[in-house]
Amino acid sequence: MSEGTFGNPEIVEVDTDILIIGGGMAACGAAFEAKRWAGDDAKIILVDKAALDRSGAVAQGLSAINTYIGENDPLDYVRMVHADLMGITRDDLVFDVGRHVDDSVELFEEWGLPIWKTKETEGVALKDGGKPVRSGRWQIMINGEGYKTIVAEAAKKALGIDNIYERVFIVKLLLDANEPNRIAGAVGLSVREHKLYVFKCSAALLVAGGAVNVFRPRSTGEGQGRTWYPVWNSGSTYAMAVEAGAEMTMMENRFVPARFKDGYGPVGAWFLLFKSKATNAFGEDYGTKNADMLKDFAPYDTAAVVPTCLRNHLMLKEMKEGRGPIFMDTPSAMKKLSETMTPQEVKHLEAEAWEDFLDMCIGQASVWAGMNIRPEETVSELMPTEPYLLGSHSGCCGIWVSGPDDLNSPDEWKWGYNRMTTVTGLFTAGDGVGASGHKFSSGSHAEGRIAGKAMVKFVQDKKGFAPSFKADIKDITEEIYKPVRNYMEHKDKTTAEDINPHYIVPRMLQMRLQKLMDEYVAGVSTFYQTNKVMLEHGLHLLDMVREDNENMRAKDLHELLRAWENYHRVRTAEVHLRHILYREETRYPGFFYRADFPDLDEENWHCFVNSRMDPETGEWTIMKKDWVGLVDHGH
Amino acid sequence: MPTFVHTDKCDGCKGGAVTACMYICPHDLMKLDTERMKAFNQEPDQCWECMCCVKACPRQAIEVRAYADFVPMGGAAIPLRTDTHIMWTIRFRDGEIKRFKFPVRTTPVGSIDPYKDKPPAGDINSQLLFTQANKQLPTI
Repeated sequence: MSEGTFGNPEIVEVDTDILIIGGGMAACGAAFEAKRWAGDDAKIILVDKAALDRSGAVAQGLSAINTYIGENDPLDYVRMVHADLMGITRDDLVFDVGRHVDDSVELFEEWGLPIWKTKETEGVALKDGGKPVRSGRWQIMINGEGYKTIVAEAAKKALGIDNIYERVFIVKLLLDANEPNRIAGAVGLSVREHKLYVFKCSAALLVAGGAVNVFRPRSTGEGQGRTWYPVWNSGSTYAMAVEAGAEMTMMENRFVPARFKDGYGPVGAWFLLFKSKATNAFGEDYGTKNADMLKDFAPYDTAAVVPTCLRNHLMLKEMKEGRGPIFMDTPSAMKKLSETMTPQEVKHLEAEAWEDFLDMCIGQASVWAGMNIRPEETVSELMPTEPYLLGSHSGCCGIWVSGPDDLNSPDEWKWGYNRMTTVTGLFTAGDGVGASGHKFSSGSHAEGRIAGKAMVKFVQDKKGFAPSFKADIKDITEEIYKPVRNYMEHKDKTTAEDINPHYIVPRMLQMRLQKLMDEYVAGVSTFYQTNKVMLEHGLHLLDMVREDNENMRAKDLHELLRAWENYHRVRTAEVHLRHILYREETRYPGFFYRADFPDLDEENWHCFVNSRMDPETGEWTIMKKDWVGLVDHGH
Repeated sequence: MPTFVHTDKCDGCKGGAVTACMYICPHDLMKLDTERMKAFNQEPDQCWECMCCVKACPRQAIEVRAYADFVPMGGAAIPLRTDTHIMWTIRFRDGEIKRFKFPVRTTPVGSIDPYKDKPPAGDINSQLLFTQANKQLPTI
């Protein structure tokens, strides 16, 4: 095969049985589990657009594992997730994560992740009865700077380094020519060499994270890189699933975390471990003051923990009515804790406070250092961020999947293979699975393992399958390299290559997307409010952004990566918008408001909203799907 | 900026095609200027300040200058990472220095043997993961 050039990449064809798309926690879990079940009978390949040691949402590290069931009942975990996500979750999927997640956490510890223990059980492993230091009912504290490097090492060892492709960005799934609605492979570009990789597979796991930078961020200078969720999560999971014809669920859901302002550092340990309080500008505890507002959102107002969106709702009232900024009163919390501590313990407490940032959000530590903020002396501002789309944290958008077949779930929730989407052979986990949030890092790993095992069974059952692509690889190559062609053809026609009537640079297309999503689809500039007319106008603008996708340019492989990331963002934005337009109520106040339907409408909208785009025609079908509770939720 | 590379410290990883920072950056930001043989951040406003490159650099040539659009100048958070611990130097804008040291790993790097002493694959049709052999899984 001839050597590739920028204009004409070398096509590299790779055959495998199982293809893992992504390199984060779910991908690493899948690799570890699937290889054990497959042995040498099935080939497994993992493709990561970055380097496995430091890719995905845990690349930087974490200071806590937010899901460890331990002494709790998994049924209570199901109840908590249900309430936090305002009552519309899949109990079967959540329970399944709950009953498996601890096994992954115990493996992390065995592999070398330092997990904090109570004084009485110091040095004792979790599996031998060690008691973790809990910052909340479900959360445990860790020294997690190296969390991802540890989990990645296990995945690499399991698969073998030859089966891991780094710096290859999968941009499209490929359907089978003979069997309708059947996955046959995927295609991706190398961001290092002039190569296009075409993978043929029987089963694929789509685990490429959530979606960031779909909305205009609050910081629009160089601080726009300081997104709360990783800046490299470009909605690839949702976009590729939509375009393969997979049924999506709850894509109207989003997450707006309230975090330390600008640096977006974590607040969980401050609230839960250090017992810190948030106040408005005048020192009022707005949570208590505004508590009556929650009654409008019964029965979720009485949950054991007030749902995350409702806590934002209370905060936003203060901000909108001019009683901001919102402060986290760290000095009072530290003072109170230090009253019963020795000086050495106080020093340790201070280190813990800094470690909380340094393990997972170093940028916030830099904000404190640059502003001379010392938490024992100075309060810090809190702020709700721009919206994010994800399925593993306190959000639940994603793909509609088959659940486990041994639970009391409706028959329509199980079609043979756990975590398989409605596209035969296409599986997902982590941020990809809709209607089941609160998995976090550990649950995503466990869910990747669940999917990994199911894929091996799938491949065994479909032994005779010989994938052949419906699409012509030549056409696909042309489409993927269109931004390169645009650049080569037109770059010399103007004296400044970034300004050219024949193409748009990917970063400007991203800004166009972000601006319209912010202004029409309930971003920060409208205090997260929208209505039917705004959404329809937004869709009109978005359609034109989508048309201009093919006018993006790429002057090098890095920009080609950006172009396709933005292509994925645009498709993700579209499905998010369509779902918000369809759901005529306000279910997640604090995350977004349908100003034309400001109330929670349990009677008409306590249901899933699912959608599908026909990959042939591009036509959308959006529908309600019945919600069923599998455990007693008390209402 | 946010990551920047000290000109006098960077040696372009001695002429390798891919420098350590290029290899590790999760967002494909670090790039080698092959004429000067120095690395740089090619898209500073896409930097998450995760410091993966800072920690990986064999010459300690990379630092982060915090986001200029909201952080006053002069502060810094500087890591020094080994296979078992990370040491942080926090320099405040007013000059105060704080130091913290945290563990990162309890086992030697490279020591994970994922399937050692683990049960073999069991019943593919059950709901059990392979490490849960003989366990009774709860149901609803």
